[in-house]
Amino acid sequence: MNLTLKVWRQQGPSTPGRFETYEAKGVSEHISFLEMLDGVNERLLGEGKEPIAFEHDCREGICGTCSMVINGEPHGPVKGTTACQLHMRMFSDGNVITIEPWRARAFPIIKDLVVDRSAFDRIIQKGGFISANAGSAPDGNAVPIPKPDADAAFEAAACIGCGACVAACPNGSAMLFVGAKVSHLGHLPQGQPERDLRALGMVQQADAELFGNCTNHYECGEHCPKEIDVKVIAEMNRDFVRAAIRAEEPKQVAGSG
Amino acid sequence: MSRFTTALGSSIGAKLVMALTGLALLGFVLAHMIGNLQVFAGPEKINAYAHTLQNLGPILWAMRIGLLTIFGLHVWTAFKLWTANKAARPVPYAVVVPSASTYASRTMIWSGFIVLAFIVYHLLHFTLGAVQGDIFQQTREAWTAADGKHPDVYAMIVRGFRSPAVALSYVVAQLLLGLHLSHGVSSVFQTLGFTSPRLACVKKAAGPLVATVIVIGNCSIPLAILLGLVGKGVN
Repeated sequence: MNLTLKVWRQQGPSTPGRFETYEAKGVSEHISFLEMLDGVNERLLGEGKEPIAFEHDCREGICGTCSMVINGEPHGPVKGTTACQLHMRMFSDGNVITIEPWRARAFPIIKDLVVDRSAFDRIIQKGGFISANAGSAPDGNAVPIPKPDADAAFEAAACIGCGACVAACPNGSAMLFVGAKVSHLGHLPQGQPERDLRALGMVQQADAELFGNCTNHYECGEHCPKEIDVKVIAEMNRDFVRAAIRAEEPKQVAGSG
Repeated sequence: MSRFTTALGSSIGAKLVMALTGLALLGFVLAHMIGNLQVFAGPEKINAYAHTLQNLGPILWAMRIGLLTIFGLHVWTAFKLWTANKAARPVPYAVVVPSASTYASRTMIWSGFIVLAFIVYHLLHFTLGAVQGDIFQQTREAWTAADGKHPDVYAMIVRGFRSPAVALSYVVAQLLLGLHLSHGVSSVFQTLGFTSPRLACVKKAAGPLVATVIVIGNCSIPLAILLGLVGKGVN
């Protein structure tokens, strides 16, 4: 099939960007969206032009690296799918496809479709962890966890941190990401010691990164490639409020006897 | 205490302020509607009700100041969030395909702004008498009760809403309030952290349901008067 691509090209973070139009000819319906872009880039290289910069890594939908808004939808038109797992059979001959980067102030554009998502790393550093003893692995089922809790934690843990929630949110809010992390560890016994600090710290870091505010549009859950339910946001709200109410400044984080 | 105040200033704190002030304002709107529906019970009922309200003295002022504070918080927080959310996406998308969001959720700031303008108009109309001032003045001491002359609120409402422009402006404002509430009321459950799957359908239905009740209840008054079903005895 033959396609027309309108791709956002931007040299660097502070240079103005614009849409460039490219023709993708003879695209097989069996290849993935990223392979289609690879083909366009090979041709551009052959013509001595600069290829389209886009991020990718595992190409099997688990790393969360690919990040592009395809025809107004983060990761494209198929629900529960990353851009790398999107197949060209979802498009038809003659389609015009607009490809844009994640657009958020907290995700500055590095080049073309590549954005800087280190704001997510800083949110994780503020509490997306548990304190566990290093050493040999504990016995399986040494810590009993009720099945519904394990399931809820697992659903939230499916978050791959791609940032599609931010890209989809009309407010550029990161609350589905933060909610997934807070909910994931909050459902598990191992996550209890830092539970309050996690909710407070991660939300405040998300605010500091200048993400927008959640106003319950629910576009995030709709476009999450891992289909994380927006209920994690409600769970985070509850954890955050409870932590704020019973907040006591920590006396000492760790000590030696 | 410091961590609590920082939390209140965060985005979830702001969300909580919106939900709680919104709930309080919804309570007022419901009470206001139920009180005003007494217009269907005839002039004695609604005039006695209005007289009771106007003679609450300091309680009336406490209620007014409380309501104004809550309303101010709701509007100010909404504006703060709206400007912050605009700034969070400096470069807009070329293609936008809304899927999970609704017309109501995307237009909260505008429906809210129009309702705010309506409230100013409504106060100028029935509380201060700056709109349709002749009717307001004529009905001021026109009702004879056991303890003297009272405002004839019934006649004021009836004669006011006989003007199609005034009645229709109220109907339009109520439709926008309904749009605002259809997203707002459902949002409250999410903001306050209700996650039970049993509540999922309540969460979804509460907004549209409350909005429908309020739109029907509040629009019934100007429409019934405009159609001549209420107020036949008023000239």
